[in-house]
Amino acid sequence: MPDATFEYLLRLGDDRLILGHRLSEWCGHAPILEEDIALANIALDLIGQASLLLGLAGKIEGQERDADALAYLRDAVELRNALLVELPKGDFAVTIVRQLFFSVFALLQAEALQRSKNQELAGIAAKAVKEFRYHVRHSADWVLKLGGGTPESRSRTQRAVDDLWRYTGELFLADDVDRAVAASGVGVDPSTLESAWSATVRDVLARAGLTIPETPYMQRGGRTGRHTEHLGHLLSEMQILARSHPGASW
Amino acid sequence: MTTMANDSTTRSADGGATPADSQWPLWEVFVQPPGGEPHEHAGSVHAVDAETALQNARDVYTRRGEAVNIWVVRSVDITASTPDDMGPFFDPGNDKPYRHPQFYKVPRGIRM
Amino acid sequence: MTPNKPETNLEDPARLAAFEARIAAGESIEPKDWMPERYRKQLVRMMSQHAHSEVVGMLPEGNWITRAPTLRRKMSLLAKVQDEAGHGLYIYCGTETLGVGRHELIQQLLNGTAKYSSIFNYPTLSWADIGAIGWLVDGAAIVNQTMLAKASYGPYARAMVRICKEENFHKRQGYEIMTTLAAGTAAQKRMAQDALDRWWWPSLMMFGPHDTDSPNSDELLRWGVKRKSNDELRQRFVNLTVAQAKAIDLMIPDPALRYDEATQNWLIGPIDWDEFWRVVRGNGPCNRERLAARRQAHDDGEWVRVAAVAYAAKHARAESTSEAA
Repeated sequence: MPDATFEYLLRLGDDRLILGHRLSEWCGHAPILEEDIALANIALDLIGQASLLLGLAGKIEGQERDADALAYLRDAVELRNALLVELPKGDFAVTIVRQLFFSVFALLQAEALQRSKNQELAGIAAKAVKEFRYHVRHSADWVLKLGGGTPESRSRTQRAVDDLWRYTGELFLADDVDRAVAASGVGVDPSTLESAWSATVRDVLARAGLTIPETPYMQRGGRTGRHTEHLGHLLSEMQILARSHPGASW
Repeated sequence: MTTMANDSTTRSADGGATPADSQWPLWEVFVQPPGGEPHEHAGSVHAVDAETALQNARDVYTRRGEAVNIWVVRSVDITASTPDDMGPFFDPGNDKPYRHPQFYKVPRGIRM
Repeated sequence: MTPNKPETNLEDPARLAAFEARIAAGESIEPKDWMPERYRKQLVRMMSQHAHSEVVGMLPEGNWITRAPTLRRKMSLLAKVQDEAGHGLYIYCGTETLGVGRHELIQQLLNGTAKYSSIFNYPTLSWADIGAIGWLVDGAAIVNQTMLAKASYGPYARAMVRICKEENFHKRQGYEIMTTLAAGTAAQKRMAQDALDRWWWPSLMMFGPHDTDSPNSDELLRWGVKRKSNDELRQRFVNLTVAQAKAIDLMIPDPALRYDEATQNWLIGPIDWDEFWRVVRGNGPCNRERLAARRQAHDDGEWVRVAAVAYAAKHARAESTSEAA
């Protein structure tokens, strides 16, 4: 099995890379100027973290791949992000609900990772905690407003919850990689985060007057490269220049 | 289609009146830089409530790390003097030189 | 405090003279000060046009965020476009001090009655365009804006000081991209030269018509809203930029470009004013697309803006109800 730490860091890095990319698609198209700025801030936080995490992954892999090589030269089947983050940005409700689901998870994860035995990862996590606290505040605030705003905003937000809920389970699935990094003290087993996540998210949704759908099966596969069709298109756009000009510096 | 209809009250599907589309109320932002300095007016943001105004203010005015604290106030809550007041309001202050350090003569060489 | 005296439509010549004397003395005009109605109108026009330009300007560059070729470039570009949103925001807020709301200003942009800088009606066709825009378009804007930081209207001048600080990063970022490309592979160098070829003349047009053809300018100069003429600013930009192009071995696409020893100016060839007016009047390559994109964002966002207001209203009622209880 490829090094568990390397795989784990790819998961962390790719989550942020792909979600940051999706958020960046809003720039110039948000509902109001203040949100163009807010969403760009969140995107920048995520891409910044991705850059550090992928850089660290490359170091650990030891084959001279830096963050850019990992971000721009891997095919879809080599990415390790959760499916939740690669889904299209949808309308503002979809973006905000997805942001809530991911940020609550990522905050819990970062808080735990501050104690990682890998000093660099611990450092990245410490900074990330501050950023995710803000992302949670921003998205929870919006979920309340959209859930409790108008009939239209409530219906769009409920639809977003209904469509996205089936992608949340994957965040907490633990496999051999997770167990290995938890055992070594470098990472945190994601299944240990589920109950805290669930309590927070259910509370926000309840206060927003939103219900949680019956979900017979949680979609999964991202952690082992089995992605949705969306990721390929995203990467085509993201990677086009790096792939058209091999070896070039930018 | 953007039409002037956006300016008027829109009706939602259930027939209730929803507020007209707006750019949200205006808030003034005061930012305190590091180093014990007082808050300074930085500009304005639009927001529907104080919490969002604070978040927006942070995103808009402190991206380059310029603040330790932020105040936001609804613009309508600011009471300001007017230019007509310039004379009666401020002149009495201007002709009381004993308020200024230059009024007092101190021997040279003494550190105050 | 006494209320402001009611305005009359006839500008009182004594007040007007006093106003112009204040400007000549370098004083700052503030929102509650008396000002001629024409001054107020000119400022609303200039400031809102500037704000609209920042917002529309997010689009040509935003076009390449998802294709930025490295993580560092991706973050830099996203931060730059975010800054532009911020600039639009600062200037809209400044315009609101003159008594017109942002909603109304935005309606003017979307229904086509307000103008924005024509430069943003050109398409970004390659990554090098991002470099060219930062270098040339922001470069030209800086030449303009440094002057505006001393504008007579306080809120505008203050917004401009903040903007100028941020713009310097934009220009450097653009020039750095061009430098990297010009020193890169043959394909990258061609990309950079091609972008310069397409953005040079439109950037010069950003300074507006020649002084002899510019109707608003005299009044704006007298009122300290503009402090230098179009041609002066354009010349300053040309001198700076020609040197920068030579430094990275890119060629300015002007066969008539020559250095004049006497004035120490680089003299340019004729500007195609037909193109300028064509684009200003709505037939540039992207005029329709830019407005369509802004209208779409605005329309798609309506339910969001309305929901926030509705929620806040419910909660304000709830608070006042509980206070009354």
